[in-house]
Amino acid sequence: MPLRLLKFAFSKNHPAPRFFRALEQPKKSYDVVIIGGGGHGLAAAYYLAKDHGITNVAVLERGYIGGGNTGRNTTIVRSNYLTPEGVNFYDASVKIYEGLSEELDLNLFYSNRGHFTLAHTESAMRTMRWRAEVNKHVGVESRVVGPDEIAKACPQLDLSCSGHAPILGALYHAPGSIARHDGVAWGYARGADRQGAEIFQNTEVTGIDVQSGKVAGVHTSRGYIATKKVLSAVAGFTPRVTKMVDLDTPIVIHPLQACVTEPMKPWLNSILVSGSLHVYVSQSSRGELVMGSSLDPYEVHSTRSSLDFVEGLTSHMLDMFPFLSNVKIVRQWAGMADMTPDFAPIMGKTPVEGFYLDAGWGTWGFKATPISGKTMAETIANDRAPEMIHSFRLSRFEDYELTGEKGAASVGH
Amino acid sequence: MKLLHCPMNGTRPISEFVFGGEFRDMPDPEASTDKEWAAYVHNRNGAPGLKKEWWYHGPSGTWFIAERNTLTEEVLRTYLFGQETAA
Ligand SMILES: Cc1cc2nc3c(=O)[nH]c(=O)nc-3n(C[C@H](O)[C@H](O)[C@H](O)COP(=O)(O)OP(=O)(O)OC[C@H]3O[C@@H](n4cnc5c(N)ncnc54)[C@H](O)[C@@H]3O)c2cc1C
Repeated sequence: MPLRLLKFAFSKNHPAPRFFRALEQPKKSYDVVIIGGGGHGLAAAYYLAKDHGITNVAVLERGYIGGGNTGRNTTIVRSNYLTPEGVNFYDASVKIYEGLSEELDLNLFYSNRGHFTLAHTESAMRTMRWRAEVNKHVGVESRVVGPDEIAKACPQLDLSCSGHAPILGALYHAPGSIARHDGVAWGYARGADRQGAEIFQNTEVTGIDVQSGKVAGVHTSRGYIATKKVLSAVAGFTPRVTKMVDLDTPIVIHPLQACVTEPMKPWLNSILVSGSLHVYVSQSSRGELVMGSSLDPYEVHSTRSSLDFVEGLTSHMLDMFPFLSNVKIVRQWAGMADMTPDFAPIMGKTPVEGFYLDAGWGTWGFKATPISGKTMAETIANDRAPEMIHSFRLSRFEDYELTGEKGAASVGH
Repeated sequence: MKLLHCPMNGTRPISEFVFGGEFRDMPDPEASTDKEWAAYVHNRNGAPGLKKEWWYHGPSGTWFIAERNTLTEEVLRTYLFGQETAA
């Protein structure tokens, strides 16, 4: 738009465009209150408005939007899971992601790279074959490849891993992608705000008012808000929020750490994951290598990062890419992963009427942001969970019907 | 490097230890309903706070109890199971 650009150049006034309104005070009541302004909470607000016309909605965020795990994750999007329910669900998310920049009118830097899960042992190869068959059955493009094909896609990789853990093959998953995580949060926030939802940052929910088994409102750092429907989408804070309504869940919190190198010229196109070496790595659109590892081994509710982590991760990175020895790590951080025993999320209704749960996203929830927002919005609007998320219901534990996805976790836990 | 005090071997690097989860009382399997048993098997006290936990010192094969604040990561004390009062 050259005319607009010209006008802009001559103007002395250049206000940064706001993504959502800066509202002073929440109203006294809303139809739906969403706790947590991460990707999941904001996406739910967006689809409540878009798919169901429910716009009298508040999103309450204790810090700033996207400041939780959404803004701390390594942004790998894939659907090569182990159970048909899981593959189907994550595939639906990948499909939304593919058109999301356009839909939200914001460049999410969604970049399709192809994803290799490296296998260094026979038993890992067996799991890869299993996943490939389940994926193909559901119609998702995954196949087992040998070392030649890996070397062709990534000639820089030392296939013997410095002799420590020779690579036997990999599960190749063509749709594997990365995206700008904060863009996803901000895009959904703008989309929700434009349709009428209200977003409040620095607003913490401190209690939930339950009267005769039904949600009646929430206590917040900015006063009481009446509502009959509350969605908890707070990832690493889930046990604190479920405690407010006396709800027991299997969720435990472990830190998950990540780091990035200084930027380099593009050389790594694929996303590489090694379960045995506890590494996943991709190169961002800024040229940084974005790297993550396995969970910290015990419960801590904190986002402090550690030297042990960087030392361990980088030594394994050097097994794979010895030529990186002079490259510097420039940032490291941690998020709080809400882990479930079967590595599947917990979504849907709960025994407390009007209290909806979107949790148990552990180390895998960024890829599910669009589809979880969509299915939770549907659950809230109809007070009934869609078939697609039936296997993720909280009551699966008392039914002894777990949804085992551990074999599809990115690195050994 | 983080450190932990083993009641048998003194203060050692945390990498020598394995976390065994929160100490919990098992309900009587004969007397509990399926629902109660499922809750015991799956549910955890996930909220942060001061917890009594099982820890294992790998090199010496010692299981013991640590009282630890999972929000601040402070360990109040460690002792062998059953020796709480002596600690
Ligand atoms: C290091 C790391 C790497 C990861 N890598 C990947 C990956 O490659 N691919 C992938 O798919 N997933 C990955 N994940 C997992 C993914 O980041 C999360 O599952 C996902 O971002 C969860 O999104 P969310 O919106 O549910 O939670 P969050 O983004 O954490 O949002 C929850 C929000 O709730 C707010 N909140 C909490 N309590 C309250 C309260 N009482 N009142 C108001 N607000 C509150 C928090 O401040 C927070 O902003 C990774 C996670 C980490 C930590």
